[in-house]
Amino acid sequence: MDWAGLAGYGAFFLTMAGIYAVLALGLNVQWGFTGQFNIGIAGFFAVGAYASAIATTAPGGAHLGGFDLPVWVGLAAAMAASAVIAAAVGLLTVTLRADYLAIATIGIAEILRLVLKNEAWLTNGVRGIAGIPRPLAEMAGDHPAAILLVVLAAVAVVYLALERGRRSPWGRVLRAIRDNEPAARAAGKNVLRFRLQAFVLGSAIMGLGGALYAHTVGFISPEAFGPELVTFLVWVMLIAGGSGNNRGAVLGALAIWLVWSGTEILTGRLPPDMVTRAGAVRVLLIGVLVQVILRWRPAGLLPERSPRRDDDA
Amino acid sequence: MADILQLLVYGVVLGSILTLGAIGVSLIYGILRFAHFAHGDMMTVGAYAALVAVAAAGLPVYAALPLAMAAAAAVAVAIDRIVYRPLRRTSPMILLISSFGMALVLRSAVQLVWGPANRVYVPGIRVPYQVADVRIGVDHLVIVAGAVVLVIALHLFLRRTRTGKAMRAMADNAELARISGVDTERVVLWTWVIGGALAAAAGVFLALDTRLHPTVGWHMLLPVFAAAILGGIGKPYGAIAGGLTIGVAQELSTAVIAPVYKPAVAFAVIVVVLIVRPRGLLGGRG
Repeated sequence: MDWAGLAGYGAFFLTMAGIYAVLALGLNVQWGFTGQFNIGIAGFFAVGAYASAIATTAPGGAHLGGFDLPVWVGLAAAMAASAVIAAAVGLLTVTLRADYLAIATIGIAEILRLVLKNEAWLTNGVRGIAGIPRPLAEMAGDHPAAILLVVLAAVAVVYLALERGRRSPWGRVLRAIRDNEPAARAAGKNVLRFRLQAFVLGSAIMGLGGALYAHTVGFISPEAFGPELVTFLVWVMLIAGGSGNNRGAVLGALAIWLVWSGTEILTGRLPPDMVTRAGAVRVLLIGVLVQVILRWRPAGLLPERSPRRDDDA
Repeated sequence: MADILQLLVYGVVLGSILTLGAIGVSLIYGILRFAHFAHGDMMTVGAYAALVAVAAAGLPVYAALPLAMAAAAAVAVAIDRIVYRPLRRTSPMILLISSFGMALVLRSAVQLVWGPANRVYVPGIRVPYQVADVRIGVDHLVIVAGAVVLVIALHLFLRRTRTGKAMRAMADNAELARISGVDTERVVLWTWVIGGALAAAAGVFLALDTRLHPTVGWHMLLPVFAAAILGGIGKPYGAIAGGLTIGVAQELSTAVIAPVYKPAVAFAVIVVVLIVRPRGLLGGRG
């Protein structure tokens, strides 16, 4: 038994699950709290990944920058870039009903993907950006525990901040908008401003997830992550965990990432001529799983509870 | 000038394809009140069903078309029975999520059976007709003529048959239609038959115009919805105007912006229409 290899795989598994937990928490702000339907998760994820890569890589690449900045600056830049784009898009789309917003976010993600693919001066086009530094490299070198620690810290910070937000009057307004928009409006709340805030905050968190991914893997390109697959997995995670519930979002990310990684082990045993199609089998299984969840457990593993009941418990 | 005419030809061809997809999206929205996100991948299923008939049975594409339409209609009805119907009493957003999941299920099923490679129905290049300075391919004529025939057939169905009338009544006011004795389950069944069949035709035409690939339909979802929204979602006749407008606008845009950014046109149209005229050109559901 190769214990070091196993520990390394375990660290990578938890790192990826943590990144998806960050993404699911971001979606939870938009869909879980506010009822905004975002199918463009991959777009904001990619913006964050590229923003941090451009900020932190060494100068002289074929893309914009790099500016050789510390990783934490890159993470902040990722959140800022995603937030700016989300604010620009949100100003246009925040008035839309949930199903129209869903269609619009497909367009946003598609346009972002095309920009990243075709604007080579900015992103080096399809060749992507390599040599993205690891966090804490001067202390820990290439040790996989370093990135894991950073990711887990990010999950903890985002989780605690969102829990605080959820229990605050701000979170209450978001839920009011989700459940009964006319009532929220009648109570004098500026519905559009709250919706814009939720959209921007959720997208910034997704950008953070993208940046963490870039620093974990070290290389990004427009096609490196199947855009719809990232979006779909995050949705399945939030629904499986329990939308509206931050703990559910984290648990869902862990559970679905376990299932997703498990299917990789299964399909890895297929005969070689089937391997090229194994990816399709995995997506198919997850697609069926989401139908099962929607049918028999629509509230997820940890259904949403009102903050007041949490406090009594 | 010839360039613009040429782009117009491409635009009408693309518009015909989008129209057939958008009619289904619009009908499903009108009857079942949810945005069907698996519609692009229904187009893919139809396109590959025709490939089976062409490759395995050696049929020409136009003979494979009705078979593909029937197959896709059956798939659409089966998905509705197994997946969507039990969820119909929940919210339209649950159905939207479910259909997004079905989109990936359909696409990965296609990829599983036929692999991820590009394919064509019939290899080789056919010399296009040359009218003045404008080139028109044989396939282009087939696509536009096929779309016109299908749209006329749909028109006759909606106007002349009892089921078609019931369908329009239900799109206008589902409650009123139900208490007037309309068999709503029957109407829903026909909605999926028509939506699936037209999606298959759109998929076959799309594959004829470009190529077969597992994601070919997914990439049409944005312009198809743009067409349906522009025409007023829930209004099948609006989808025709919407489809042609989006198709022509996307192709003409390539005279001004880089062709790779064509999908941005559909997005811009969606945003502008929803802000300026939220019920679409023909006043669909708000």
